[in-house]
Amino acid sequence: MFGTVIIVFREVLEAAIIIGIIAAATRDVPGSRRWLIAGLLAGLVGSAVVASFTDVIGSLASGIGQEIFNAIVLGIAVLMLAWHNIWMASHGAALASSARSVGGDIRDGRRACSVLFLIVGLAVLREGSETVLFLYGIAAAGSGGQSSMLLGGLLGMTLGSAVGYMIYAGLLRVPMRWFFSATSVLVLLLAAGMASQAAHFLIQADLLPSLAAPLWDTSAALPENGLPGILLHSLIGYDARPAGMQIVFYMTALITIVIGMKWANRPRIAIRSTTGAV
Amino acid sequence: MKNILLVALLFPLAAFAADADYTLVISDHRFQPSELIVPSGKKIKLLIVNQDATPEEFESHALNREKVIAGNSKATLYIGPLASGRYPFFGEFHEATATGVIIAR
Repeated sequence: MFGTVIIVFREVLEAAIIIGIIAAATRDVPGSRRWLIAGLLAGLVGSAVVASFTDVIGSLASGIGQEIFNAIVLGIAVLMLAWHNIWMASHGAALASSARSVGGDIRDGRRACSVLFLIVGLAVLREGSETVLFLYGIAAAGSGGQSSMLLGGLLGMTLGSAVGYMIYAGLLRVPMRWFFSATSVLVLLLAAGMASQAAHFLIQADLLPSLAAPLWDTSAALPENGLPGILLHSLIGYDARPAGMQIVFYMTALITIVIGMKWANRPRIAIRSTTGAV
Repeated sequence: MKNILLVALLFPLAAFAADADYTLVISDHRFQPSELIVPSGKKIKLLIVNQDATPEEFESHALNREKVIAGNSKATLYIGPLASGRYPFFGEFHEATATGVIIAR
């Protein structure tokens, strides 16, 4: 049962961390809560569908369909997170000071909400489908002891959600002055970590060269299967043995989004000199 | 229509089964062989055949690889080039029994 708790915890945690950060970051966007819940539900339905088509997806493209699927889902998520951060860099301050009644802003807010829907939906879809498969395996095995395993799954889910909620609640306590910096740095690192993961899948499918594999090995000091490693993996994309190409993707995403945010924030700097969003 | 789709899907399956460098078979939640010796310094195509009815996730921290294989199906992934050494792997969904090691020489 303990093993079940850990596996489900890890899968749920990744999605919960993303949702926690995004929920905090969009707290002032009108209608964001409804879209967030809609994304969550769509993601859950989607993960059941993906789980039931695992064999079909897996056998596509000569057996590397799963990697391509994961890389596409991660790629879309990176684009959405990037868009979100760049949008927040130019609209965040206005939203917080509740100067949001301009027509254009409402239309923009709706676009922000559909991005939110996609980010949450994709996060749940990716992590949820593995959880569904795992729990299905237990249920289908029919070897007894399922109830304790399913209880373990439930416990893992609760623990993972609790961590996500703690991150959300913690972020809401961050003073307004630092709030946008804090959430946008977190979203930035989430996006970079996902870009690195996407590269990881493409290397596994032999669609990208690894460059150097591994570039370094910190598995002895900070193992990926320990709790700090798991948390850092979800938060900043920590990888104990990354390939060189993953670092290339990580840095490219990071730098591109920072440049986009600086660019989006440019007019505001001219009016009043507060430091940029990062 | 569904049959055509199935046939279309089986073609690449047959094709990639033929040119895989190494094969691991999962049955009764165990890997066969549990020790796989591969040459070091070479990229390797690994075919994993899951003969169980339930899905399994091939995972290796040492190889930095993870992949879900549905019940009664096959999947390929690429590993390496590896330095000489031992690279443990396991099936995450049945960690108690599904363990093994890839040895690169």
